[in-house]
Amino acid sequence: MSKARIATVWLDGCSGCHMSLLDMDEKIITLASLIEMVYSPTVDMKQYPQNVDVCLIEGAASSDEDIHKLKIIRLNTKCLVALGDCAITGNVPSMRNMYKVEEILNRAYVENAVLQQQIPRIGVPVLQTRCRPIHEIVKVDVFVPGCPPPSETIYNCVADLLAGKTPDIGATTRFGK
Amino acid sequence: MNSTLASQIVTLKIDGKDCGARGDETILSVARENGIDIPTLCHYDGLTDIGACRICLVEVKGSPKLFAACSTLVTEGMEVSTNSPRLQRYRKTILELLFSERNHVCAVCVSNGHCELQAMAMKLGLTHVRLPYRYPNLKVDATHTRYVQDDNRCILCQRCVRVCAEIEGAHVWDIMGRGIEARAITDLNEPWGASTSCTSCGKCVHVCPTAAIFEKGKSAGEMVKRSFVSELAAKREVYE
Amino acid sequence: MTAEELNELIEQEVEANKLFVHSINVCVAAGCLSSHADQTLDALKKEVKAKGLDKEIKVKGVGCMGLCAAGPLVEIRDASNAAQVMYQGVQGEHAEQVVASAGKQSVQSLVCDTSIPFFAKQVKIVLENCGLIDPERIEEYIVAEGYRALQKCLQELAPTKVVEEVTKSGLRGRGGAGFPTGLKWATVAKAQNKQKYVICNADEGDPGAFMDRSVLESDPHRVLEGMAIAAYATGANRGYIYCRAEYPLAVKRLKNAIKQAERVGILGQGIMGTTFNFTVEVRLGAGAFVCGEETALIHSIEGKRGTPRPRPPFPAQSGLWGCPTLINNVETFANIPPILRKGGAWFASIGTEKSKGTKVFALAGRVSNTGLVEVPMGMKLREIVFSLGGGIPDGKKFKAVQTGGPSGGCIPEQFLDMEVDYDSIAKVGSIMGSGGMIIMDETSCMVDVAKFFMEFCKSESCGKCVPCRVGTSQMYDILCKVTDGTATPEEIAMLEELCDLLKSTSLCGLGMTAPNPVLTTMKYFRNEYDAHIQGKKCPAGVCKIKAAQEVLV
Repeated sequence: MSKARIATVWLDGCSGCHMSLLDMDEKIITLASLIEMVYSPTVDMKQYPQNVDVCLIEGAASSDEDIHKLKIIRLNTKCLVALGDCAITGNVPSMRNMYKVEEILNRAYVENAVLQQQIPRIGVPVLQTRCRPIHEIVKVDVFVPGCPPPSETIYNCVADLLAGKTPDIGATTRFGK
Repeated sequence: MNSTLASQIVTLKIDGKDCGARGDETILSVARENGIDIPTLCHYDGLTDIGACRICLVEVKGSPKLFAACSTLVTEGMEVSTNSPRLQRYRKTILELLFSERNHVCAVCVSNGHCELQAMAMKLGLTHVRLPYRYPNLKVDATHTRYVQDDNRCILCQRCVRVCAEIEGAHVWDIMGRGIEARAITDLNEPWGASTSCTSCGKCVHVCPTAAIFEKGKSAGEMVKRSFVSELAAKREVYE
Repeated sequence: MTAEELNELIEQEVEANKLFVHSINVCVAAGCLSSHADQTLDALKKEVKAKGLDKEIKVKGVGCMGLCAAGPLVEIRDASNAAQVMYQGVQGEHAEQVVASAGKQSVQSLVCDTSIPFFAKQVKIVLENCGLIDPERIEEYIVAEGYRALQKCLQELAPTKVVEEVTKSGLRGRGGAGFPTGLKWATVAKAQNKQKYVICNADEGDPGAFMDRSVLESDPHRVLEGMAIAAYATGANRGYIYCRAEYPLAVKRLKNAIKQAERVGILGQGIMGTTFNFTVEVRLGAGAFVCGEETALIHSIEGKRGTPRPRPPFPAQSGLWGCPTLINNVETFANIPPILRKGGAWFASIGTEKSKGTKVFALAGRVSNTGLVEVPMGMKLREIVFSLGGGIPDGKKFKAVQTGGPSGGCIPEQFLDMEVDYDSIAKVGSIMGSGGMIIMDETSCMVDVAKFFMEFCKSESCGKCVPCRVGTSQMYDILCKVTDGTATPEEIAMLEELCDLLKSTSLCGLGMTAPNPVLTTMKYFRNEYDAHIQGKKCPAGVCKIKAAQEVLV
């Protein structure tokens, strides 16, 4: 049997979901035997590949780059998993949504900066007016809430998906877990 | 309490189970006595029911309308259905509306893990909200010496309003504004800390289902609610 | 006041009127007042005085004559109260001509043709005195058979008989839902409670509706009489009229009417020499649409926040301050005196099988004759819009009629030949409502119409229950996206889901019916939704579709 092609993506989030993914102790060995990691912050791959079976997405869609990425991911992925509260609800990154983008940038890079008070404009993605859950941009197949979702939940979810089963997410996690 | 109704004994069916009850009991209380769980949010044992959250809606055979279990009295021969697919669907969507209304960020909330809204999402299997979040810019009132009011987490269940008026007898809390602009306020929308009517009893803090009202000094997940209010109300009922 | 005193009063009034050869009636209801009818009235009075005719010609302000579009309206009547001529658009400068024409050649340039269907096809029960009597004088109401029904009830009919008569009439609540009035009265009458209340719901709030306002401004005593009869029939002794504060003239005339009725002993203690007591107070609404909902209205009268509560218990069982309360709409009460005077059977002979009597409609929007009409139930919609309403102005094409305000729906052309009654209107997804009819032509975008009403519901939602509070807001946002041209098919599916949710789960009628404008426009004008979503175009040219580069993502 050929190994399932798995990708993980890190958008506007704290990388905690990826930490949780890596935090599954010996189970990661079992998982590794089942999958081929084709794209991930942990894999040196610049371009999102084609024919990905499962893609776990951490983080909310905040910038034009995030949205661009999501569209490419959706086109090349069979099963798209929103991993963690940021991807599902916007969570902490979305707490900026009550304010204007300029206000936030100003606050972070000018008012609260000690050195080089300037808003970075070159070579960085442009922030959208709002940070949004990824399912507002593309269709999402599985939602795994949690901040971060427990590694056990992530393992079970991936294992179930690979086995062709519908994962029972609610049993082991919740918003804010 | 209506004495004529209280003296009547009625029999009814809830989810097919035969139940006996007093005529002045609500569908909710009879269901719970019989081990049938109907989810609720604005209901709080010991406080007057207002039927606001619509989570406890049930079907009654013979009526096209849905009834709030918390505020509908049982009647003879009633056949109640509490968990049909239709009701489950409605409950979930209502919950989605609640999450979309304000800024519920569980991860950094003092009530994380002890929140009724969060628990309800889990219970009803809500893993994401299909509606766009509204992200309103709301105030946090930390003027009180011991408590904080955070509008971002309020679901307008009015438990604080009721407990303060009915149990504490102070009526510090009320609702102002209409529709989506409705807000829970203290006194005449003055800072809580400036309230002359507040006795700082903390009942509102402990009946709040989320962390719209919480104790100062609590960090994420540390705000645990105590349930002394229902007991207090029950004791008073005995003496009345 | 005893029966003899009542007759005496009538005789005096008739005697006083005999002195006049003509009367000039000037409509001083809100519609004509807004086109300066008060100045017309002053000018006419001055002119009569200047010409020394004040012993022959009586100039008086009267209530609504109906054709608000042609205001200010003035009517000249002779000594036998037969109409000589009606004038339209009468301003102060016309006073001389108008006064000179009394009993002589009419001023052709001002004549308002009363043979047109707008006037000829009406059947007036509720509005029978409107435009004829001075609403600020109880004597005129009494001469026009006023308070005769109350007298008859008190002297000849037992309360149960009164309820029976109302039941027999088949009258249904004119506030919108069409609940059988007799049944409601019987429930309150049966309730075992010493204290009961009668409430008149005068919180007319639908956009484009002004029926109740007109009745209150033109014939306030009729409503008081209806309430007094209801109180007698149900065993109540206190009444409240909950009137919106945006109707200052109605409030003023009501308060004046109450004072007059108390003065002559028609309200108060020991009415007409019997043991029946009844007092009425006016309570003002503070501008909340939801206070038209009966339980919210009751809370408001009690001095609480005007929010509805779950029913049952219904107000008839437990209403104002926990007492059995009869709550009816202005027009319902206005129907009561003629029913008691002429009998329930007479009333039941008018209208259709399940909807008896007449209904007052306020025609507004894209129709030639905007104004008030009273027609028998069962009249064809086409007749109301095209015959009475005079059709669509400027040669435009008819598109839809919106009935029932924000709780109603849009009825398209294919149903124009439908008979207008409670059940037929409900069948096509709208409601009779209080009687507002907003006529729309091809220049209206139906999505924009749905958005307008949703915005109304969103801002008028009380915020108590979740589906209505958040649902209307979310639905409004989706409708905005449709009119922007940025909505997706998924969002339309969500809109439909929310319609179903609000209908089924809202706490009160406001939320339950808020989806109606959306549902009916989606059903009958789906092509317009599609044009916005897929075609990125507004067929009526109303909506501003966002250019692609403005759209997020």
